[in-house]
Amino acid sequence: MKQGKIHNVLMAATVILATGIGSAAAQTVTLTIESWRNDDLQIWQEKIIPAFEAANPGIKVKFAPTAPAEYNAILNSKLQAGSAGDLITCRPFDASLSLYNDGHLAPVQDLDGMKNFGSVAKSGWSTDDGSVTFCVPMASVIHGFIYNKDAFDELGIPVPATEAEFFAALDKIKADGNYIPMAMGTADQWEAATMGYQNIGPNYWKGEEGRLALIAGDQKLTDENWVMPYATLAKWKDYLGDGFEAQSYPDSQNLFTLGRAAIYPAGSWEITGFNAQADFKTGAFIPPVQNAGDTCYISDHVDIALGMNTKTEHPEAAKTFLNWVGSAEFAALYSNALPGFFSLSNHNVTLEDPLAQEFVSWRGKCSSTIRSTYQILSRGTPNLENETWAASASVIKGTETPEAAGKRLQDGLNAWYKPAMK
Amino acid sequence: MAQQAILKKPVRWHIAVFLAPAVLVYTAIMIIPLFGTLQLSLFREVEAGTIYVGLQNFRELLTDPHWSQSFWNALWNNTWFFIIHMLVQNPIGILLAAILSNPKLRMRAFYRTAIFVPTILSFVIVGFVWKLILSPIWGVAPNLLDLVGLKFLFAPWLGKEEYALTTLALVSVWQFVGIPMMLIYAALLSIPDEILEAAECDGVTGMAQFWKIKLPLVLPAIGIISILTFVGNFNAFDLIYSAQGALAGPNFSTDILGTFLYRTFFGFQLQLGDTHMGATIASMMFFIILTGVSLYLFVIQRRMQRYQF
Repeated sequence: MKQGKIHNVLMAATVILATGIGSAAAQTVTLTIESWRNDDLQIWQEKIIPAFEAANPGIKVKFAPTAPAEYNAILNSKLQAGSAGDLITCRPFDASLSLYNDGHLAPVQDLDGMKNFGSVAKSGWSTDDGSVTFCVPMASVIHGFIYNKDAFDELGIPVPATEAEFFAALDKIKADGNYIPMAMGTADQWEAATMGYQNIGPNYWKGEEGRLALIAGDQKLTDENWVMPYATLAKWKDYLGDGFEAQSYPDSQNLFTLGRAAIYPAGSWEITGFNAQADFKTGAFIPPVQNAGDTCYISDHVDIALGMNTKTEHPEAAKTFLNWVGSAEFAALYSNALPGFFSLSNHNVTLEDPLAQEFVSWRGKCSSTIRSTYQILSRGTPNLENETWAASASVIKGTETPEAAGKRLQDGLNAWYKPAMK
Repeated sequence: MAQQAILKKPVRWHIAVFLAPAVLVYTAIMIIPLFGTLQLSLFREVEAGTIYVGLQNFRELLTDPHWSQSFWNALWNNTWFFIIHMLVQNPIGILLAAILSNPKLRMRAFYRTAIFVPTILSFVIVGFVWKLILSPIWGVAPNLLDLVGLKFLFAPWLGKEEYALTTLALVSVWQFVGIPMMLIYAALLSIPDEILEAAECDGVTGMAQFWKIKLPLVLPAIGIISILTFVGNFNAFDLIYSAQGALAGPNFSTDILGTFLYRTFFGFQLQLGDTHMGATIASMMFFIILTGVSLYLFVIQRRMQRYQF
């Protein structure tokens, strides 16, 4: 008897709960965001999403990130199975373009929020002819060098502006012996390519000019301005730490933040981590130019955007969110919550972080470009980006000459890429 | 005779019923995907859709310089991975089993467990721990070598093209040496005492007894271990992926068929996944393993002498 009673109470409770949830669901819409930025989970949950939800009652947002390395594979499987979230964080260029071509991403160029972006910002997420844009640009990352200010002051080294000064500084740090001159390893390979080749390269191939010429087929990777960055990289070998061949990316980060290395070839995304970890003063400098007074070029790489799943059940709510991503409020919120990810919109954003301010100030001094291998050129087999990783690492280790690396990459590109065809 | 015919008549449903769950599950999760993969490898994605291309994908994989270079590199690396296991893991496993089966050894159970424990660890843990141990920056390996005056032998092994694969193979050996040890140990224990006593009466003792009596008797077990090693190695992926990433660096020197398949099938960084070429590689792996296992079954196992006790 008693048991029966409890049973009934439980049943009633369940019914009440169920109806409660049911009625709540009828009013609010929940949007799920797919992302690879699992580092940013807290920032989304504590700053960005509450700000959006406060302004848009009735829409709830859930940020559901996966590990960066697995993101593309997982996302593709989810999209094919129809279980992907409503909003999809877009990798730049071909990964997202193929999602659009397969009908997984909706065109967004007609959204109000898209008015706030220039053509360079949109380039990462538009079709080759630029007619359709399928993701709302969120942020770019800028390459440069972060240095240990205390170490530079201690050794009396001025911040280098030219290549000669840069190597003189490295020599001085090496001679002193207290610091590893530069924290970089080749174990993960992409460090060598991304923070090495793509970092210093734009100064040689003159940013956009060289990048577009390479795509048009007017320049080759065997040309001097594409091989010279490799020759410079080869000189880095003597300034890296012992056993850099097996030094991984987290190793490099730790070497620098523990104060054991003086210079860190960086991307601006490191700023948050370095601010939290390093207990010395840090500064940043532009990739050194060859001769004093040369125009400087920086890699200001479109990195992250947000698109809409075509199969979303709540297209209106998703559009509301995307419009908000294009707003000044989001730009300020995002850039300041994640210093080092710079908004691609035309809004004037005031940054609070000094290191981030330093990075973003280069946009005014130098010409911006994006990474040379990302647009169009990494579509075929062999994959130019992957090959560039391996080549940069080999050149730094001294197992391949700069000329041989250039030739191998161009041969690989020739195998499938016909510039006229596009 | 007539009676037997009557007895045979009823359909023996129970056989089908008892087999059904296993057959269904196995078909659903192994056979169908296997044929699905084989089928995928015969098609290709073109602008207009998916078309049947016959063996074109295989031809491309084996002859097109950009595919074949990666493929042969991965196949050779895989073979080298297997050779190291056969030359290091299995002899050490046999040796350990021989030592453990010595009744005079004390704390046998402890050694047995200690050597077997790495086998049950996750690949991710093993890969990560060894990466840390061997790290030139934080690792204990340089210090340990220094303690015994061998610091000059240390190199950033995982970062050097010439050592990385061998190093990883040895890590894998360290992890899995418990398996041959256990299997041989069990085989050694099952040798009847009478045979060993008879051998002793004939004056065959110690090392001679091991070589002349025990080893021939555990040969079938060694054969099984070899085939397990073969299948395991050519399916390997996890350790390389967790230690070196999908790009199997440095410069693809640790790229084995498993990582090559992963990169091709799922894509990596800017490389988009290509299910059809991926399936082609997976099919090649299947054929390689099938050939190896068939060779073993039809050529070696038939000639192996078995002893009945």
